Amino acid sequence: MPDATTTTMAPAVRPPALARLGGAVRWDTAVGVLLLTLLVCSFSFVDNFGNALNLSFLIGNTLPIALIALPMTLLVVSGEVDLSVGSTAGLSGAVMGALWNAGMTIEAIIPLCLLLGVVCGLINGLLVTRLGLPSLAVTIGTMAAYRGIAQIVLGSDSVTDFPTQYLDFGSGRIGDTFVPYAAVPFTVLLAVAVVVLHATPTGRSLFATGAGEEAARFSGIRVKRLKLSMFVTTGLISALTGVFWALHYASARYDNATGLELSVIAAVLLGGIDFDGGKGTLGGAVAGVLLLGTLQNVMSLTNVSAQSQIVVTGVLLVISVLAPRVGRQVSEARARRRTRAAVVPPSPRTS
Amino acid sequence: MTVTADPVRQQPAPPPDASRRLVDRVFKARELAVALVLVLILGATQLSNTEFLSEQGVKDLLLNATILVLVATGQAVVVITRNVDLSVGSVLGISAFAAGIHLRDGGSPLVAVLLAVGLGALFGVLNGALVSLGKVPALVVTLGTLYIVRGIDSIWVGSRQITADALPAGFVDFGHDGIWVLPYLALLATAVLAGVAYYLRSYHSGRDLYALGSSPEAARLAGIPVRARIMTAYVLCGALAGLAGALYLARFGNVDSATGNGYELTVVSAVVVGGVAFTGGSGTVYGAALGALLLTSINSVLPAIGVSSVWVTAINGFLLLLAIAADRILALRVAAALRKKAARTRSARHA
Repeated sequence: MPDATTTTMAPAVRPPALARLGGAVRWDTAVGVLLLTLLVCSFSFVDNFGNALNLSFLIGNTLPIALIALPMTLLVVSGEVDLSVGSTAGLSGAVMGALWNAGMTIEAIIPLCLLLGVVCGLINGLLVTRLGLPSLAVTIGTMAAYRGIAQIVLGSDSVTDFPTQYLDFGSGRIGDTFVPYAAVPFTVLLAVAVVVLHATPTGRSLFATGAGEEAARFSGIRVKRLKLSMFVTTGLISALTGVFWALHYASARYDNATGLELSVIAAVLLGGIDFDGGKGTLGGAVAGVLLLGTLQNVMSLTNVSAQSQIVVTGVLLVISVLAPRVGRQVSEARARRRTRAAVVPPSPRTS
Repeated sequence: MTVTADPVRQQPAPPPDASRRLVDRVFKARELAVALVLVLILGATQLSNTEFLSEQGVKDLLLNATILVLVATGQAVVVITRNVDLSVGSVLGISAFAAGIHLRDGGSPLVAVLLAVGLGALFGVLNGALVSLGKVPALVVTLGTLYIVRGIDSIWVGSRQITADALPAGFVDFGHDGIWVLPYLALLATAVLAGVAYYLRSYHSGRDLYALGSSPEAARLAGIPVRARIMTAYVLCGALAGLAGALYLARFGNVDSATGNGYELTVVSAVVVGGVAFTGGSGTVYGAALGALLLTSINSVLPAIGVSSVWVTAINGFLLLLAIAADRILALRVAAALRKKAARTRSARHA
């Protein structure tokens, strides 16, 4: 008898310890390590990677994605998604160009563009929360609608003659360092987002909503209001990104930031944010953004063709969603087998 | 115990039948509504521009719609299972080029078409395997394969392109000619459409796709082979995208590495406008085909009534939003009506 209990106990004790070890290496940590490895390798082996100019290019090109990734992370954690971010950015850039052509001052235009972003986000949010529509369908619709409005507003013009000090802010860097001016406000926004998501009741509510909306509502979270505010924030930041985009590339066109939503979502998912909601960290999201950005920069420097870069992005995206789930399925199957093994032997004894 | 229980349970059978009919009627009305909008738009355009519905005009309308109808048919099958395939545009592009290369090297048209269909089906298998085995959100996976297939296509095609003069004359004629106002391509698409509709309506495995979309969990518990069915849907979708690629080649005679870029959004819009809900389990391929016809007709209507083509994108977006909002309101109405009916029969039974 005692013999039998020890044999059933032994396998039951060991695997959980292993599983805990496996669980300790979280996906976002793994992405962070991957990013560090890539950075170290690039600094040591890739010519021209480490100079200040290239680094400022890297950061400048990655900033639009990183900016939108902040609210997108919060939104995906709460179980929704916004595909209209690229179009909102394009619309805000187009309106900026049109108003500038109409002779307004840029100090008046930028707040108007941000307000426009709030309105865009509000439309998405109201359609999702008040009508109960799936955010995917709504934002595919508004993605086309906003881009279409941008095209109507600006046509095929491109506006380039913005005031020099603003253009310098959009593309310049601080002194001789590699830090672009625009990285400073981004850092502030990043800090705000990290605090909101990981250290406030609002952040906890977002996780709770994403993990189980019904349960969150019954525990007193105002789910609809919360989601609406997240859509509005996403719209606002997208519009800000649109303004930055137009200044950074010194060109406001209706097709600015086309396809940006795909890069943002690819980066966010790569950073370990679960598409079903309720899981993820901002650290992971930022690591995902930087990993994709750095990879693209390195591939350009080493003369890998743009087409191959697309393939790499796609493969990374598929792996980033496939790997955690397959891992979970394998561990679940193992757990099932273990419980079956642990339960079956005693049963003949009791019956 | 087995014999005595039944008589009371016999009675409530008719009401579900009646409610079933109500649901059916509403969804038929949904497709009729799209058809009605289509007729109204075409009629109004004809009134303002009498050239619009000439023999050549009708032929052009049908020709323009053919390719979208084919891809939308496949997409509808996938959306009915509560999944989505975003890679259709890339698959269309790569199969069109494969067929073009084969024809340019003197291959037979039939083999070229089969080659395109086979290549499409192959990518369908890839998508289906990733979605069903990994249990990963279809949106993310097919976004990944969208990138991957487009990347492979760009690497393979490079800066080459297939032009009409490299294709056999018979193949190009097949893309233009027809019987009276009915182009051969449209006839082919209609035949495929009818076949898929018949499969979905009358075959056991076709019904399974609806069950799967209504409630994946219930479908699994009812013994439906979920993975095999999802695989079927994706292979069908991929094969139709491949076929559409071959027809694209026949219709336009011009294929390069950007062919089909961004097509997925048009396809998804067409499907949703046609009443195939994103939430799965409802809609028909006829609806999707009508949606496709409506979207392509708007593209032809705008220039005919002298509206600039910059409005096209915005109008498509608003149509999509309108369609999903209308669907939602309709669904809520139906649910309320069914509840009322159920309450009435319940009280009738108690009286």
